[in-house]
Amino acid sequence: MNMANNIIPLAFMAPGERGQIVEIRGGYGMAKRLYGMGLTPNSVIEVIVSNPAGPILVNVRGSRVAIGKGMAMKIFVRRV
Amino acid sequence: MKAKVAFIGNPNVGKTELFNRLTGQHQHVGNWPGVTVEKKVGRCVCYGNELEIVDLPGTYSLTAYSIDELIARNFIIEEKPDVVVDIIDSTNLERNLYLTLSLLETDANVVVALNMWDIARNKGMEIDVKKLEELLGVPVVTTVAITGEGVEKLKEAIVKATKGKRRKIEWSYGKDVEEVIRELQEIISKDEKFKDYPSRWLAIKIIEGDEEIIKKIEGSKYKDELLKIASRIKDGETVIAERRYKIIGKIIEEVLKKEEEWSFSDMLDHVFLHPIFGIPIFLALMYAAFQFTFSFSQPFSDMINAFFSWLGEIAKNNISNAMMASFISDAVLAGVGSVLVFVPPIFSLFFALSLLENSGYLARAAVVMDRVMHKIGLHGKSIISMIMGFGCNIPGILAARTIENKRDRIITVMINPLMSCSARLPVYILIAGVIFKNSAIAGAAVFSMYLLGIALAIIMALILRKFLFGGEPPTFIIELPRYMFPKISNAARDMWEKGKWFIIKAGTFIFIVAIIVWFLSSFPWNATHGGVDIENSYAAVLGHAIEPALRPFGWRWQAGVALFFGFLAKEAIVGTFGALAGESASVAVATWFTPLTGFAYMAFVLIYFPCAATLVVMLREIGKKYTLITITYTISLAFIIAGLIELIGYAMGMT
Repeated sequence: MNMANNIIPLAFMAPGERGQIVEIRGGYGMAKRLYGMGLTPNSVIEVIVSNPAGPILVNVRGSRVAIGKGMAMKIFVRRV
Repeated sequence: MKAKVAFIGNPNVGKTELFNRLTGQHQHVGNWPGVTVEKKVGRCVCYGNELEIVDLPGTYSLTAYSIDELIARNFIIEEKPDVVVDIIDSTNLERNLYLTLSLLETDANVVVALNMWDIARNKGMEIDVKKLEELLGVPVVTTVAITGEGVEKLKEAIVKATKGKRRKIEWSYGKDVEEVIRELQEIISKDEKFKDYPSRWLAIKIIEGDEEIIKKIEGSKYKDELLKIASRIKDGETVIAERRYKIIGKIIEEVLKKEEEWSFSDMLDHVFLHPIFGIPIFLALMYAAFQFTFSFSQPFSDMINAFFSWLGEIAKNNISNAMMASFISDAVLAGVGSVLVFVPPIFSLFFALSLLENSGYLARAAVVMDRVMHKIGLHGKSIISMIMGFGCNIPGILAARTIENKRDRIITVMINPLMSCSARLPVYILIAGVIFKNSAIAGAAVFSMYLLGIALAIIMALILRKFLFGGEPPTFIIELPRYMFPKISNAARDMWEKGKWFIIKAGTFIFIVAIIVWFLSSFPWNATHGGVDIENSYAAVLGHAIEPALRPFGWRWQAGVALFFGFLAKEAIVGTFGALAGESASVAVATWFTPLTGFAYMAFVLIYFPCAATLVVMLREIGKKYTLITITYTISLAFIIAGLIELIGYAMGMT
C-alpha cells in the first residue's frame, strides 16, 4: 500500500469526498477537543464545503463541524 | 421537599430555552467561584417539590479541556446534584450520546430530555424512546423547548427521579479495557481519599490520562501501581473515545429507524460558506440588518420625539413657576424623551441580531470570517463577539468566553469597545441627521462609523498581537447548528430581554444624568436667567475647562460637556445635548457642528472610551493590566483619528 497516496491531511480533501480518520497529530488538548465533537480515529467523515484558505466543513457522526485550516492539516485521513 | 437539579448538554441543543421554560422569572445569575463563567440558578416548584436548577455551561464531553467543561464536571462529581437533566438534540443522537454515556459513568441520577423533537418528527426520523430508556437505564422524555411541548412531562420525570435511584447499566469497553478498569477499581476502593468518587468513572479517567485526575491521585500511596496498570492500555484517551462511540453506534442501531436529512442545510452552506461569495453575502446580510434597524424604526422614533416636544410645550405653558416649568420640560421630559427616542432603533437592532443568531447564520459568519480573522491574528469566533458588540459591548465581551485560548480571548475583549454599540447609535443618528441634509448620505455616514470601528479593531488586533502577545494565531473548530427558520416570537422575546437594560437605564441612570445636566446648565439660576444664558452656567465652567483639548477640532464646549457625561454611558451624550440645548437637540447640533467637525466628533464618540459598565465587565474578564491598556489606547486613538479626519477634510476643501 502506498501510504503517501492514500493518507492525506483533511485539509486537502475535496467537497463530496469521504475519508476515515487515521491519526490526529495535534497533542493532547486538541485530541480531547476533537473526540468530544465526534472526530476520533476510524470515524468516517465527509467533506461538505471546502475553502482554499478558510475552514473546511465536514459531516461527522451526523453533525456539521467547521475545522480551521491549521487544525485540518493535522488530521490525517484515508480516502474511502 | 427540596432537590438540587443540574442541566447539562452540548452547545446549541436548546438547553437554556428549556431552563427558562422551567424556571421562568425565578432566576439568579452569578459567577462560579474563582472563575468568570456565568452561573445561572433558577427555581421551580413542581407538584409540591421545590427544585433548585443549575444551568451548567454547554459542553461536549466531561474531559478537563476547557474551564466550562471542568465546571460542569466538578459540579456533577463534587456537588452531587439529586438529578442531572441531560438535554440532547434529537436530530443528532450519535454525537450527543457521547456526553450522556460519560455522565452515566459518574453515577449521576440522569434524566434525558430529547429536545428539538418537533424537528426530528418533521424530518421523518423515527426514534424508539422506550428502547432508548431501556438501553440507557434512565427516563427519557421528548421535549420542544421553544414551544413548551413536553415540559410538563419533563417536570414529572425530574420529580419522580428525585425520589429514586436509576437502574445501573454498564456498557463494556471491551475485554482488555474492562480488565484494567476492574483492577484499577480494586485499588481505588482501598484508598480512603477516593471514597467520594465513583470508582468506575475514576478508573476510566485514569486510563484516559485526564490531567485533573492524575493530579488527584498524585498524593495517593497507590499512585505508581495505578499508573502502571493504566499504562497497559496504550493511548487510553483515544481507545476510550473510540469505543464509547462504538457503544453509541450499537445503541443508535437499535433505537434509530430513519436518519435525519441535512441536505437542505448543506445546500444552504454551499451558498453561505462559498469561498468567493461567502464574504459578500456576510457583508450584505450585515448591511441589511442595519438598514432594517434604521429605516424600520424611524417612524416610531419620530412619533416619540413629537410626543415629548408636545408634552414639553404643554408643561412650559401651564406651569406658572418658571423654575418648575424649566425642570419639568427641560430636565424631566427632555431627558426621558431624548432617550426613549432611541428605543425603536435599539430594539430593532437586537431583533435583527436575534434573527441572525437563531437562524443559524451567526455561527456561519464565524466560519466565513475565520479566513479573514486568522490573517489579522484573531479567531473566527471573535467575529461573534464583535457582532454582539454592535448591540452592546458587554454581551460582546462575554461572548469571547467561547474562545479557548487565553491570549485570543484577551485580544478579542480588548478590541470590543471599538465595535460601535447601540448606545452610540443615537449620537450618530442625531448628528448625521442634522449635518447631512441628504438622508442617504446621513445613512452612509452612520454606516461608515461601523466600518471605521471594524477597521480600527483590525489594526489594533494586529498591533496587540505583535507587541503584547506574540505567538501563533489560534486554531479554529466550531459546530454548525442546522439552519432554522427563526421564530418571530422568539426574536421578540430576545429583543425584549436584551433591550430591557436600555429602558431601565433610561428610567434611572440617564434620567439622573439629565437632571444633573439641567442643574449644571441652568444654575446659578439668576446668572443664566433661568437656563437661557447657558454661557453663565456651571456646565459652561466645566465645558470651558475641557475646551482647550477640543478647540483644535472646532468643537464647542457643549460638545466637551457631553463627552464628559459620555464617560458614564454613551447614551448620556444625546441627553446632554438635549438638556444643554434647552429645546431641541437637533437645532443645537446644527449650530455646533459643520459637516466635517460633526463627522469627526462622531468618530471621536465611537472610539474615545469604553463606557463605565463595559469597564467593570472588562476588569472582571481580563484583569486590571489589560483594561488599563485598553483605556489608554482608546483615548489616544480617538484624538488621532478625529484629527486625521479633519486634516484630510480640510485638505479636500471641506469646512
